[in-house]
Amino acid sequence: MNILPELAVLFGRLSLLAIGGVNSTVPQIARDVVTQRHWLTPAQFAQLFAISNAAPGPNVMISTVIGAHMAGIAGGIIATMAMILPSGVLVIIVSKIWDRHRDARWRKIVQQALLPITAGLLLAAAGVLVRQADTGIAYAVMTLLCAGLAWRTKIHPLWLLGGGTLVGLLVR
Amino acid sequence: MGEPDDQRLSHAALFTGFFKAGIIGFGGVLPVARRMIVDERRWMTQSQFNDLFSLCQFMPGANIVNLTFAFGARHRGVTGAAAAILGLLAAPVCIVMALGSAYARYGGLPVARHALAGLAAAATGLVAGTALRIATPILTNQTNILLTAAVFALVMGLRLSLLTTMAIILPVSLFLSWRNNR
Repeated sequence: MNILPELAVLFGRLSLLAIGGVNSTVPQIARDVVTQRHWLTPAQFAQLFAISNAAPGPNVMISTVIGAHMAGIAGGIIATMAMILPSGVLVIIVSKIWDRHRDARWRKIVQQALLPITAGLLLAAAGVLVRQADTGIAYAVMTLLCAGLAWRTKIHPLWLLGGGTLVGLLVR
Repeated sequence: MGEPDDQRLSHAALFTGFFKAGIIGFGGVLPVARRMIVDERRWMTQSQFNDLFSLCQFMPGANIVNLTFAFGARHRGVTGAAAAILGLLAAPVCIVMALGSAYARYGGLPVARHALAGLAAAATGLVAGTALRIATPILTNQTNILLTAAVFALVMGLRLSLLTTMAIILPVSLFLSWRNNR
């Protein structure tokens, strides 16, 4: 199978499942591209995810960087479009009726129902990344430290990513 | 939409506004976009922004990407949405692809491997910390704790697909939320 349509289908399917944001789909992306298709090793996946975090732009950059890794510029653009277009079209349609349902009971019900699912998926995303990036005790300590700082303080993410890179260079 | 012509932003304004938010949006575009839309260009009041953002959180997909689509569409329809999203993503897509190709070429060098392992460990911690910050205010009642734990166990433990997990959990979660709001 040609890789471009496969990228489009893979990320297009995830677009409408990205409840609470793109990071909710990280476990599924890992499942698709590492476990099932063997496009990337676990370490490559963790590193490409990290690169997509270090660049400016929204979280959808994970699809861009994987698409480009697999099929160059065309792959990057197609994976990005597949990730954003289905949910984007949906949000344009829903935004036209949203105001009319401002106080609707169903809105509150759905919103409440999605919260614990979002929480569970994001925690699972962190768990899956830990599993992929399993590289020894020094790095595990740094992951814990960054998690604590990101959880409890308002430190800018770039300090954590830059600090992590520097420590990686120094630890060897 | 029913807005008068003079209040509608041009395609160029949509593109350039979101282009700037995209290119300086390191580690999260949302705060930058909020400042651009509400404080600097006064395209929306804070409460209008909050209302649109609540929709974008509610819908699947990246919140800021959804916001860009919806905001662009409100001003210039489908082509407005296209102008805004192209502005938001043009620079980040190019930058991340350049970084990706550097990774493909030099990622195997020992120096790069160490730097990347450190970067990956930090990014993982960042995701974990953000997940905890979002989860803690939600985990205040038994129902939410059980549902969150169930999702985590299905994805991490049983390694079920996202679709299967949603098919199992969403009906349960919707039912419990409906009962709670009766």
